[in-house]
Amino acid sequence: MNKLELQKTANEVRKGILTGVHAAKAGHPGGSLSAAEMFTYLYFEEMNIDPKNPQDPDRDRFVLSKGHTAPGLYAALACRGYFPKEDLLTLRHIGSHLQGHPCVAHTPGIDMSSGSLGQGISAAVGMALSAKMRKKDYRVYTLLGDGEIQEGQVWEAAMFAGHRKLDNLVVIVDNNGLQIDGRVADVCSPYPIDSKFEAFGFHVINVEDGNDFDQIDKAMKEARTVKGQPTAIVMKTIKGKGVSFMEDQASWHGTAPNDEQYKIAMEELDKVEEGLCQQ
Amino acid sequence: MSAVKKTATRESYGNALVELGKEHDNLVVLDADLAAATKTGIFKKEFPDRHIDCGIAESNMMGIAAGLASTGMVPFASTFAMFAAGRAFEQIRNSIGYPHLNVKIGATHAGISVGEDGATHQCNEDIALMRTIPGMTIINPADDVEARAAVKAAYEMDGPVYMRFGRLAVPVINDNPDYKFEIGKGVLLKDGKDVTIVATGLCVNSALEAAELLAADGIDAQVINIHTIKPIDKEILIAAAKKTGKIVTVEEHSIIGGLGGAVAEVLSENAPALLKRIGIKDVYGESGPAVALLEKYGLDGKGVYGSVKEFIK
Repeated sequence: MNKLELQKTANEVRKGILTGVHAAKAGHPGGSLSAAEMFTYLYFEEMNIDPKNPQDPDRDRFVLSKGHTAPGLYAALACRGYFPKEDLLTLRHIGSHLQGHPCVAHTPGIDMSSGSLGQGISAAVGMALSAKMRKKDYRVYTLLGDGEIQEGQVWEAAMFAGHRKLDNLVVIVDNNGLQIDGRVADVCSPYPIDSKFEAFGFHVINVEDGNDFDQIDKAMKEARTVKGQPTAIVMKTIKGKGVSFMEDQASWHGTAPNDEQYKIAMEELDKVEEGLCQQ
Repeated sequence: MSAVKKTATRESYGNALVELGKEHDNLVVLDADLAAATKTGIFKKEFPDRHIDCGIAESNMMGIAAGLASTGMVPFASTFAMFAAGRAFEQIRNSIGYPHLNVKIGATHAGISVGEDGATHQCNEDIALMRTIPGMTIINPADDVEARAAVKAAYEMDGPVYMRFGRLAVPVINDNPDYKFEIGKGVLLKDGKDVTIVATGLCVNSALEAAELLAADGIDAQVINIHTIKPIDKEILIAAAKKTGKIVTVEEHSIIGGLGGAVAEVLSENAPALLKRIGIKDVYGESGPAVALLEKYGLDGKGVYGSVKEFIK
């Protein structure tokens, strides 16, 4: 996909996020929107996957360690053809395959159940270790929140991945700077994030704008050249990116838009789409 | 009279892993810096490339096991019961139980027979914790023969299994050619009509010793071994309740939520009978030699005998 197509797709993913969360009257739009470009890049550009064969043993894996941003992952999976986009309207409803947090047993394309913070990265490490032990080529990606890395288990996993030199593992930190109780720097600062991962044996790539496809592309290509150590991509993003009144607001971490807010947000995204189509 | 052969079930675990490892190359063993104690060191010696030491990080170990299982490997994640069921409860619940991954948890050093290390390491709560996880199979073998059979059966079934092993060498009681292990099936070890002693783990031997002492007093006790605590064998318990009317449970675990709790649930809903739960009575353990502790807490043959006598009086 070229950059323009990726941008259009990310805009569709954003619409899917808002549609799902609005229909659910609950969920986590802020951290889903901040990672919309990353979800899009992973599923449309980076990963070796096939929506028609989601259980392919040789596929690349993705673990959404910050599982509460499932609306972003679901929207990307729907856009990629794992299931119909209409399913997004059933998010968090009784009987829906789209649970509040990802569930491997319910949703095609989900590689690991997640949601309890700090746990997904360990499972991703296990998948990467398995590839090394069985001499398989697949790569493993996991996305963490910057608040999530306050969990001690993240560093247990990082220590192990560094020790085992898992160069088929890419840990992505969505550094949108906000968590439920406020700014991560104020609540319990995880900074500096890059040198922490470096200390655990990672090759670290800082991305100044994680909502920019050129920068994501450059980072992912660099990650593929790294041998003998895992990669951490620490990307600065804007929480709530793409919806004016949600941007950089901790209050939109776990709140659904009401009907009016939903309408305004979708109009904003329609305008973005029009702009992209004129290019 | 020849000496009774004694083996710690953690030793059986290590040996069984080696045997299975020879047959199945998808079997991997994880440990958290306790390979010498959990006896996975025996496996490590034989298959160093398939033994993964995660360091002192049990939560991460359970997650790694989940990731390995999701790719078709069969990981046996090993540590002390306290750090498996206790520290890593939520990882087992959310990363292994919820996705129903094929992870086998080998939890050694369960119960007060840990001995000298004392209360911090004597896990009397693990069965209760693991029982609440949907889809979890829980096996608490009584001796070497049963432990090795349990490890094999755990490998052969699909889904998460919690296996509970002990540190203390215990008598081999199932060394007979007719022995058969089936997950979920209780075993009637001794028939009787006056009272039923339902035991699990190393307490099965205490129950058999108690039955002998009771027989000398003219009390005909039957003994049932419940090696699988979940799913529990309801039929054998209901039949025992209907036959003897009095049930005693014996376990090296809290009387809350373990075998006693599970049996109480089955009986009260199906065949109400008088019930006595012998176990750790909602207290912490303490340091001391394992055998002395079992005696102090009334879990040896004499202790069980005394409690049963009192109960049926």
